[in-house]
Amino acid sequence: MQTNELLVMQGIHKTFPGVHALAAVDFTLRAGEIHALMGENGAGKSTLIKVLTGVEHHDAGHILLNGSEINAKSPHHAQSLGISTVYQEVNLCTNLSVAENILLGREPRRAGSIDWGAMNARARELLTWLDVDVDVRRSVGEYPVAVQQMVAISRALDIDAKVLILDEPTSSLTTLETEKLFAVLRRLKEQGIGIIFITHFLNQVYAVADRITVLRNGKLVGTYDAKALPRYQLVELMIGRELEELEDLGGLKKHFEPAPGQAPVLEAKNLGQVGTLEPLNIKLYAGEVLGMAGLLGSGRTETANLLFGVDDADSGTLAVGGKVEPNPGPLASIQRGLGYCPEDRKADGVVGALTVRENIVLALQASRGWFNYLDPRKQTEIANKMIQMLQISTPGPEQLMKNLSGGNQQKVILARWLATEPDVLILDEPTRGIDVGTKAEIQKLVLSLANEGKGCIFISSELDEVLRTSHRVMIMRDRKLVAELQGEDMNEQSIMEAIAGTGVSTEDTAAAAPQHAVAAGSAR
Amino acid sequence: MNDNTGWWARLRRTGIFWPLVALSLVFLFNLIFSPQFFRLEIKDGHLFGSLVDVLNRGSPLMLVAIGMTAVIATAGVDLSVGAVIAISAATVTVLIGSVTGESQTPMWIAILAALGASLLAGAWNGLLVSRARIQPMVATLVLMVAGRGIAQLITNGQIITIYYEPFFFIGGGYLLGLPFPVFIVAGVFAFAWFMTRRTAIGLFIESVGTNASSSFHSGINEKNIKLVIYAFCGLCAGFAGLIISSNLKSADANNAGLQIELDGILAVVIGGTLMSGGRFSLAGSILGALLVQSVSTTIYSLGVPPEVVQVVKAVVVLTVVLLYSDVVKNGLDKLSQRQGVPS
Repeated sequence: MQTNELLVMQGIHKTFPGVHALAAVDFTLRAGEIHALMGENGAGKSTLIKVLTGVEHHDAGHILLNGSEINAKSPHHAQSLGISTVYQEVNLCTNLSVAENILLGREPRRAGSIDWGAMNARARELLTWLDVDVDVRRSVGEYPVAVQQMVAISRALDIDAKVLILDEPTSSLTTLETEKLFAVLRRLKEQGIGIIFITHFLNQVYAVADRITVLRNGKLVGTYDAKALPRYQLVELMIGRELEELEDLGGLKKHFEPAPGQAPVLEAKNLGQVGTLEPLNIKLYAGEVLGMAGLLGSGRTETANLLFGVDDADSGTLAVGGKVEPNPGPLASIQRGLGYCPEDRKADGVVGALTVRENIVLALQASRGWFNYLDPRKQTEIANKMIQMLQISTPGPEQLMKNLSGGNQQKVILARWLATEPDVLILDEPTRGIDVGTKAEIQKLVLSLANEGKGCIFISSELDEVLRTSHRVMIMRDRKLVAELQGEDMNEQSIMEAIAGTGVSTEDTAAAAPQHAVAAGSAR
Repeated sequence: MNDNTGWWARLRRTGIFWPLVALSLVFLFNLIFSPQFFRLEIKDGHLFGSLVDVLNRGSPLMLVAIGMTAVIATAGVDLSVGAVIAISAATVTVLIGSVTGESQTPMWIAILAALGASLLAGAWNGLLVSRARIQPMVATLVLMVAGRGIAQLITNGQIITIYYEPFFFIGGGYLLGLPFPVFIVAGVFAFAWFMTRRTAIGLFIESVGTNASSSFHSGINEKNIKLVIYAFCGLCAGFAGLIISSNLKSADANNAGLQIELDGILAVVIGGTLMSGGRFSLAGSILGALLVQSVSTTIYSLGVPPEVVQVVKAVVVLTVVLLYSDVVKNGLDKLSQRQGVPS
């Protein structure tokens, strides 16, 4: 292999209780390259970075920096080894000056006290090199995020970084600021620094990255030359097909076409919110599963939030069952027949300290109001029915929610919505972080609900899952609805092309043979 | 005795087990060192004794603890209860006035006005917390400081003494041989219990306190729940203010209910409700309030010099809080297993 290998990570394993976060992942960073680390949520990117920077400790594997083995015990230790990180959320002390932030903890001293002149000079020097012109004595909070980002980078550089990790540095920057950042990155590259760049924006990857490493489900998919990997194929590698064979859906999926004259059960016209979602139109019919595909941050969850009234739309209308209501909250949405399983199950779904029974009746009780209390016996009855129907494995309805596994918690949240007998169910990543068996169960459930005449919106970053369950697919990109596919046109390739935003055909697929792609999970 | 289904095991799993243990310890101490603590006498058809004293003197604290339980269950805290007590006391005494034998305004109007002012004060806290999204500790700190100023404005900066006999019944009267405040506590407790356990409000409080975002996504109007709960907490403090002003036959804007918020929080925590919100136990908080009051009464009845009282109280509180820590609990569990509780 190349001799200029700066950082080598070999066979990294990391398990959290119940999850194999990283399985035999290899990663190599050369001196003077920008290396993009790609993968959907839960792919293992952040775990890999945490292992590298000493936030977490790997269970097995080796990390070599300049040929000698390192084992960072803490982020501070990692820094002293020359590994610097700039995080997504700029973590600076906003009430301290620019110079103080850059040299925090390493202030130049003279006779025991801080040498302010030297400190400001050093800070100015660093920033000038980065082509940033600010008054280093003013507090960081007075400057825009882009400048703060640069301050964070110059702090990382002053630590004599050999490896610079940028975790989603551009998510809060404008196009112009991003360009400026990239110019800086290219100069750092010339200095021989190895840069690991994490982002969800595909065009940025192609703008700066030399090589791309793709992770999926905690496993290495492969490392590729950016030039040799077409965008379309990168998307395929990131979200592609599950390696595990999923159980057949058993003919549950039937052909669907709205009856002539059938009115949609849910219809959004020009629904949008400035800055988060461009106005879009959605029609959903009873008995239909409408899939929604797109990369993370493409506007899928934002759409779901607007549909369910979690956020208020500032343009357009939303009709459910033909009735329009301006800015309904979740409660009004439930009352007009909607149900919503949010993407972040733990933060927005689970109520851990309550029992399974209470979690199941929560939305139903909320729609009935404060005083129309469901009799506890009736609650237990509903809970038992749901536990049986969804095969929730729990000792009983009085078990605390927090003691259930992720998959079973998700079933309880589904049960919460089924108990309200909704007409439309919006499911945002309902199978994320769930074992394969339960995944298939949930997919089956969605299809049987549609067969019972409910409308379902099924959001997922796993393409094959969307294809298996949906009758029609909406594709989101850059907070915009970019395509809607159905019937013959709806296949993996067409969806991926729409997600990638290229009409690139398959002819250059062969050119993208991975340099040292490893079959996921296999030993080397 | 069966380890899993016996009455002992069932009691151990209920929320009020540890408050009961703590209270029993204080009673046990009294049984050994000052048996007169348990002596009950009937004079003029009224029950007298230290136990009755604890109930009587502890009633403002019990009222505060009921309201505080609900607030803490929503993952909040109300530091202003002492100031609200002062507002309630000031309102009622000003309206009754300092004229011997008669009331300036009909007494029921004065009482309703005091309770109304307390409810408003609580609702103000609720608005700050639920609508302005200010952290509960900061939001209620505002009224904790400003409330006593408001009370002073109401009384014009003076300690108002009242001479209207019928009003003294609230704090000092007897009904069926028991002090009247006990009945006020019982009434408020019954109301709170009914509202939280026989309507959906209790479920919503626990859900909001555990995970506000999940509750919001499930259609619970988390803002209104909080607003109502803080208003109710203010109302509870209002009742406590009536009892205190009736007892003292005056309103002292600076000292009425001073530091009762701390005892109230302590009572709730001893009662088994977590400061982080979620599950709550009203009965536990009542036991907690009784414990705090019993400790004070015991200390005084033992003739401990006043300057040491705080220290003794601190030691008791420390012991109780240690009993609650998971580390100690697990240790006790292991101990009882080793001693071979028959299963």
